Amino acid sequence: MGNKKIGGFGIEIKKLYKIFGPNGADCVKLVEQGVTKTELNAKHGHVLGLRDINISMPAGGIQVIMGLSGSGKSTLIRHINRLIDPTSGEVVIGDEDVVKMDAVQLREFRRHQTAMVFQKFALLPHRTVLENTLYGLEIQGAPRNRQVDRAMRWIERVGLKGFESKYPNQLSGGMQQRVGLARALANDAPILLMDEAFSALDPLIRVDMQTVLLALQKEIKKTIVFITHDLDEALRLGDRIAILRDGEVVQQGTGQDIVMNPADDYIANFVREVNRSRVINVETVATALNASARELKISVPAGAKLEEAARAMTLAGENEIAVVDAAGQAIGVLTLPQAVDAMVNSQVACSTPNAKKVA
Amino acid sequence: MDWLFSFPHMDDASLRDLKKAIDEGFRGFTRAYGDGLEAIFEPLQHFLIWSERFMTQTPWPIILLLIAAVAWFASRNWKIVAGTVVTLLLIGYFDMWDDTMKTVSMIFVCTVLSIVVGIPIGIAMSRSDRVQNIVNPVLDVMQTMPSFVYLIPVVMLLGIGKVPGLIAVVIYAIPPMIRLTNLGIRLVDKDVLEAADAFGSSNWQKLKNVQMPLALPTIMAGTNQTIMMALAMVVIASMIGVQGLGQPVLKAISNQYFTLGIFNGLAIVGIAIIFDRVSQAFGARLQKHREVVHG
Repeated sequence: MGNKKIGGFGIEIKKLYKIFGPNGADCVKLVEQGVTKTELNAKHGHVLGLRDINISMPAGGIQVIMGLSGSGKSTLIRHINRLIDPTSGEVVIGDEDVVKMDAVQLREFRRHQTAMVFQKFALLPHRTVLENTLYGLEIQGAPRNRQVDRAMRWIERVGLKGFESKYPNQLSGGMQQRVGLARALANDAPILLMDEAFSALDPLIRVDMQTVLLALQKEIKKTIVFITHDLDEALRLGDRIAILRDGEVVQQGTGQDIVMNPADDYIANFVREVNRSRVINVETVATALNASARELKISVPAGAKLEEAARAMTLAGENEIAVVDAAGQAIGVLTLPQAVDAMVNSQVACSTPNAKKVA
Repeated sequence: MDWLFSFPHMDDASLRDLKKAIDEGFRGFTRAYGDGLEAIFEPLQHFLIWSERFMTQTPWPIILLLIAAVAWFASRNWKIVAGTVVTLLLIGYFDMWDDTMKTVSMIFVCTVLSIVVGIPIGIAMSRSDRVQNIVNPVLDVMQTMPSFVYLIPVVMLLGIGKVPGLIAVVIYAIPPMIRLTNLGIRLVDKDVLEAADAFGSSNWQKLKNVQMPLALPTIMAGTNQTIMMALAMVVIASMIGVQGLGQPVLKAISNQYFTLGIFNGLAIVGIAIIFDRVSQAFGARLQKHREVVHG
């Protein structure tokens, strides 16, 4: 129980359907045959929640699920710890299918494998910060001194030291959500489910909390499923992003994939306003190293974003920058015009057909 | 056209037979099971006697201090404690101490019994709509049936005395306890309950850690109502032998002793106000951390 399974489990969601209504199971066939959401509602009186969801979430990474309200994203995350039962499909974690668990197994699974952070914080108003944080451990039946130790450690990590005997209503929204985060982390589960965790916070505090989460994730390397309706948040946090609309996955991939190759007009519309310089990697735009090229004075590691490269170039007064791999070997070269072009041009992928791309 | 002006009713003979059959049936039941039932309620009688003895035989300054202490711990408010002490001193000064203590003891036992029986029923109601649909009409009957009516079967079964009085009072006073327990649990924030589920709480853990604590202010409001209704019922219950402030009131009604009536009536009002303020202040203290201070 106590042993950490860092980055232990990926989550495989396979052919997941959720249809709300008394005879949901009978309607799966209809939906598989192509009945649309509107038709299903009008003719059969059932509401299509999720249609044929297949997502493979990497272990130890942040999977963002993005969509507007009503897209089914909150329904989807609740299938992972089965707060909502699916109509059909599988949710495989490790080698276990959550859908097939009985009540006791499910309770144990929730106690030890998952922890959840909620949009509306959902703290217990009659308990102090400390008592809220140790809730998960108390439910597990851990010894009291271990509960307190571990809770105090996480309270400190989320920056709430000194507030442990305050009540939730004495804290601001951002601080309350830090408690929510500490409560989830104290549980020490390999999977962290975050349902619009930062959506109720002010923009500045939201960015602040994203920074906290990213800093923690570097160390804890949990499998995080993060729900949001905010594309900037999705791009900042997500190792992988799945975009949901009307209960269907319309596109999934890395942030860069989605920004550079939007699957349809709907997503293209979404990504139009994005700050591309923070999403696109340098090696995507860089051209292959020319043997005759002169020596480059500055370099940037592969995986860095255009913004960093552009900043490095302007600071050094250079027009070119080398892209180096993990070993420090130069693998490509990026020029300032290329970088600027990619930042302002939404057709970057096709605009430089003659430039050989580095993978 | 006769049927239009006088409601066509069951003929007199059958009606008489029906009533007689029910009466005889109940009488038979009383004869067969009355003693057995009395035995079941014996522990209650011991509790009642013990509590009354404690309240009347302990020296009055100790009781006074005890009540003041309870008032302080429940309300943490000096004004309420001072009001309580002054009211009790006045009651004592007008020679109603013993009767008042008997009434307080009765109310105490009734409230304890109502809580012990009411909360589990309320919890059961909150968990199942079917139970709620069955219990609700029963509560409606208990609250609206004139109390004199159910005094009759209670007296037939258990005779005159403390226990039948207690049962009559509890029947009258328990519905708000049950209703507000049910309501309080049903009103618990769904988001918080979902969080409890997500962390793998068992039903018992959910009830103990989330539902009951969050429903407690509502349950306290129910307790307050129960106490008030028990006090109102105490006068009527004195007709079947419950001692205390109700008896002098009853005597005053039958003999038209105006002053006796008003003194004892005011004493009832006095302790009602004490109970009310103390239990409300306690309820408010429970609610302290639930109000949103920050936006």
